[in-house]
Amino acid sequence: MAGTTIVEQVLARASDKDRVNPGEIIDVTVDMAMMHDSGGPRRILGPLAELNMPIWDPNRVVLVADHYAMPNDADEAIILQTARNFARDHAITRYHELEGICHIVPAEEGYIYPGMLMVGGDSHSATPGALGAVAIPMGSTDMLGVLVAGKTWLKVPHTIRIDVEGQLEQGVMAKDAVLWLLGQWGMSHATYRALEYGGTGLASLPVEERMVLTNMAIELGAKTAVCETDAITEQWLTNHGVPLPSSYLRPQGDPFYSEKIVMNLSAIEPLVARPPRPDHVSPVSAIDRQPINQAYIGACTGAKYHDLAMAATVLQGRKVSPRVRFLIAPASRKALQQAAQDGTLQVLIEAGATILSSTCGACAGLGAGILGPNEVGISSTNRNFPGRMGHPTAQVFLASPATVAASAVTGYISDPREVWPS
Amino acid sequence: MNSVTAPVFRFGNDVDTDVIVPGQYLKLGYEEAAAYVMEGIRPGFGNLLQNGGIIIAGENFGCGSSREAAPAALKFAGIRAVIAPYFARIFYRNAINVGLPAIECPEVVESPIQEGEWVTIDFVSAFIQHNRTGNRWSYTPLSLHLREILLAGGLVPFLKGQRQSDKGARL
Repeated sequence: MAGTTIVEQVLARASDKDRVNPGEIIDVTVDMAMMHDSGGPRRILGPLAELNMPIWDPNRVVLVADHYAMPNDADEAIILQTARNFARDHAITRYHELEGICHIVPAEEGYIYPGMLMVGGDSHSATPGALGAVAIPMGSTDMLGVLVAGKTWLKVPHTIRIDVEGQLEQGVMAKDAVLWLLGQWGMSHATYRALEYGGTGLASLPVEERMVLTNMAIELGAKTAVCETDAITEQWLTNHGVPLPSSYLRPQGDPFYSEKIVMNLSAIEPLVARPPRPDHVSPVSAIDRQPINQAYIGACTGAKYHDLAMAATVLQGRKVSPRVRFLIAPASRKALQQAAQDGTLQVLIEAGATILSSTCGACAGLGAGILGPNEVGISSTNRNFPGRMGHPTAQVFLASPATVAASAVTGYISDPREVWPS
Repeated sequence: MNSVTAPVFRFGNDVDTDVIVPGQYLKLGYEEAAAYVMEGIRPGFGNLLQNGGIIIAGENFGCGSSREAAPAALKFAGIRAVIAPYFARIFYRNAINVGLPAIECPEVVESPIQEGEWVTIDFVSAFIQHNRTGNRWSYTPLSLHLREILLAGGLVPFLKGQRQSDKGARL
C-alpha cells in the first residue's frame, strides 16, 4: 500500500477517513480557528447576525488583535473595539491584544500541537506548520463558515517534499533559505500544493527558524507547509506546556510526492528579494552598494526572539548609519521580554534602534514605519509588492534580520558575514 | 445570473492583492474600498467601470494576502467576472464566497482580445464569446454548488436562503 505524506495523514484524521487522496474534496472537522482583528470580527459580525447562528465552540477559537491593536485614528480604534467586544460577547477566552502577531502568539501560548488541523484567517497562517500542525489560510467568509459549523471543505493537495541537508553558515538564516526557494521556483510554483520539510538538515534549525520556512509558503503559492517533528519540536512543546504526542510526525511508508527537492543549507548565501516581488532574488553580494533610507525588523516573518538575537550579534558594539531609520517591531511581547532579559534589547537600542509595538505595522502598510515616495527600505518582512509598505514608488528589499542589521550599520545593502564576529 | 456582457480590462501575471486593495484602505468597508481598487497598479481604475468590466488576467491572479477586500472591492467597483489561466487559491475561494465569478480559461487569456472590446460569459453553457468576432472559448464549468453560491450573490446570502428553506421544510 502506498504511503502517506504528513498532510495526508492529518487530513485523513480530520475527515474521519482511513486515507485521503490528492484531488479529493473532503469535509474536515477543524481543531482550531485563528483570526485577527482586520479580517475577523469586523468583517463577519454582520453576516453572523444575519445567519443568527452561534459559534460552534468558543474554546477552539483564537482571536489576535495585531493589525489595528495600536490604532492611528478613530476608524482603526473602532475596528479594535469590535474585536474586543466580539471576544467578550462570544466568550472567546483566547483573545490576545498587543501581545504580538497572530502567527506567533498561538504557538507561544501553547495552543499548537503536532498533527492538529487549524484554519487561519490570514495568508501567513501556515506558520504553525513549524510545529507539525497543518494550518490552512483562508479568507473572512470561509472563516465565518468555520465559526458556525466547526467544519469546512478542502481539496486534498499534492505534496512537495523538501529534503533539508547541511547547515547554514554563520550570518545566514532561514529567511535566506526561503528566499532561495523563491528564487528557484517563483511565486506560483507550489500553487494548490503543500510543502513538507524534513531531512537531516532540519535538526540544525530551531523552531523559530522553521517558522520562517512555513510562514512564507504562501509566497511560493503553497496551500500549507509542515515540518517533520523531532527532539527540537518536543523541547519547544515542553517549554510551552504542551503535552507530547506519542510519536514523531513523519511521512509513512513510501508516499507519492508530486515533486522532491533537496535544499542544501550549506550552499545558501545571504539573499535579498528585489522590489517589487518576493521572487526577484539576488545574492547580497551581487547588489552593488544600494543605499537605504530605512531598515525594518518586524512582522511574523522576521522579528521573533531568534531574529532579534541575530540582529544583536551583528550590532554588538556598532552604531547604525545616521542616514538610516532603524525600526524594530518585535513579533510578540514575549520576544521583547526575552530580548530584554538577556541583554539583546540593550544592544539593539544602543546601536540606534527605535522599538515599535508588537503589531503587523508597516509590513501590512499600517502604522509606524511607512515609506515615502521613492524611498528605499530593507526589511525582514515577507512582501515587497508596490505600495505594500507605503507609497507605491517606495522600493523594498526583503532580507534576513542579520542582513537588515548589517545594512543599517553601513547605510547600504550589506552582507552580514562581513561583520559577523569571529 | 445566466450571463454577463462587459468591456474587457487586461492585466498581467501575478496580480497580488496588495495592489488590488492597498493596506491603507483595509480599514474601509468593502464598498468604500472599491473607490481605490487596483490603485497599486492602475490608479483611477474604478473610474473606467461605468459599463462594468470583465478582467482578463495572467496566471496566479490574486496572489499574496488573504484579504477578502480584494474580490469584494472588484465586485463593488463593477467587475462582473475575472478570467485567468488559474488563480491563487485563497483568492479563488474568497471570490466565490463574495459572489465574484472566477473563471479558469487559459485559451481566452492567450487570445488576441483587446482591452476595451466586449465579451460575453455564458455561465450556463460555460463559454466566453468575443462579441466583435463571435469567437467562442469553452471552459470547464463550475460545479452546480459553486454556481448556486454565485447566483445567490455569495456564500452568506446562499446560506441564509438555505436556512430559510430548511425552516420552510420543517413547517
